[in-house]
Amino acid sequence: MVDQNALENDEPLLVAKSLSKSYGRIAACREVSFALYPGEVLAIVGESGSGKSTLLQLLSGQLAASGGHVSYRMRDGVTRDLATLGEAERRFLFRTDWGFVHQDPAQGLRMAVSAGANVGERLMAVGWNHYGRIRDTASDWLTRVEIDIARIDDAPRTYSGGMRQRLQIARNLVTEPRLVFMDEPTGGLDVSVQARLLDLVRSLVAELGLAVIIVTHDLAVARLLSHRVMVMKGGRVIETGLTDQVLDDPREPYTQLLVSSILPP
Amino acid sequence: MIDVSNANKTFTMHLQGGIELPVVSGVTFHVDPGECVVLSGPSGAGKSSILKMIFGNYRCDSGRIGIRHRGALVDLATAEPRQVLNIRRATIGYVSQFLRAVPRVATVDVVAEPLIVNGLARAEAQARAGELLHRLNIPERLWQLPPATFSGGEQQRVNIARGFISDLPILLLDEPTASLDAANRAVVVELVAEKKRQGVAMVAIVHDDEIRHLIADRIVDVTSFAAAA
Repeated sequence: MVDQNALENDEPLLVAKSLSKSYGRIAACREVSFALYPGEVLAIVGESGSGKSTLLQLLSGQLAASGGHVSYRMRDGVTRDLATLGEAERRFLFRTDWGFVHQDPAQGLRMAVSAGANVGERLMAVGWNHYGRIRDTASDWLTRVEIDIARIDDAPRTYSGGMRQRLQIARNLVTEPRLVFMDEPTGGLDVSVQARLLDLVRSLVAELGLAVIIVTHDLAVARLLSHRVMVMKGGRVIETGLTDQVLDDPREPYTQLLVSSILPP
Repeated sequence: MIDVSNANKTFTMHLQGGIELPVVSGVTFHVDPGECVVLSGPSGAGKSSILKMIFGNYRCDSGRIGIRHRGALVDLATAEPRQVLNIRRATIGYVSQFLRAVPRVATVDVVAEPLIVNGLARAEAQARAGELLHRLNIPERLWQLPPATFSGGEQQRVNIARGFISDLPILLLDEPTASLDAANRAVVVELVAEKKRQGVAMVAIVHDDEIRHLIADRIVDVTSFAAAA
């Protein structure tokens, strides 16, 4: 007999229920529901204006939903509705258990302070106060994201685009978050720089067992990084499933159009 | 180990005016542990599609893909995406004709990865990867290079090493010997025989009659599952 209980049953990290957002009469996001499990990488794909960035902001509590809710299992194991968190609690979550990698590194970094301070700042925010340990941990992370330690005292405004993006990733991961949001993380980069960054993200995600929600319009990025995809169109999730299933056997007309638009490698 | 019953698959091509392309229907067969079942039939009969349905890469429209996973029978056709991932990690391996190479990862790590994912120490996994690469005649000086620049036959052998390194109880083989020379084909035949002795259930597609004869315990003719168009 078929026994679906033999399949693992752990608890989701984040659950979205009927999440909606409208701006006046325009619905940017309609009735989105899903569960994300620890260590799972979910890609949200779709063209510009499909609502994917709005969804990311709703999920990360940066935007108030018009309907539905998001709940998150905190480090103490208690699942909380994000809307009921106080501002201080939400900020704390963002400094510790969450990361957010912006498409434009300037949004996620402090461009005028040193790379070391950019990484160290996150540690100080969670109570680290030993300068030597902070600096050691910061240099360790710079090495992990392949930034030359000799550049630790330079400000990111002197860095190339690819280096800035890698620094932003180090800054986000240094507090060992369990969930990282990424908004088109390879968006503004050259192809060769993109490949290196994707490879780095892929190995860090596997090594640290991170859960990731990544917004991208690039199906190759989704294929390389994600376990699951949600395809969005007009604010709705129109198709969802295992990444290779959706990309190799797309069912919806719009998904078939997206997949058929990829240039062969 | 594998019990497929009445599985159906049709592609609907929305970009071509919604035409329906029936692929297979009523697919029914089973595979026991230690057995290699070879799917036969002309090109386009749906052999690869059936393999992809068993791997969960193609979704079934109806029917059941029964898989013995961690001692219990589960239906892959209705499993949740992350359950499918668990089944792939612990139970089903897939050796395709083409290597989907990850840039910048060394060959020896590409091969060792399935063992590392299942918790084996890196050094030990790399040692086993080295043994297999050696058997498949990939010279040691190439092991530290990413396989992206290798020849087609070398890439395929890397892929075979990656597929055969694991201790998964089910292996799906999609033309594993397609572009190999005689010596390397013989190695693959040997590897399949070893897997049989370990009780691994296999489903294979092979066009080479000689290889088919050497590895098949049973042949399932896919033309009997031809979808009524």
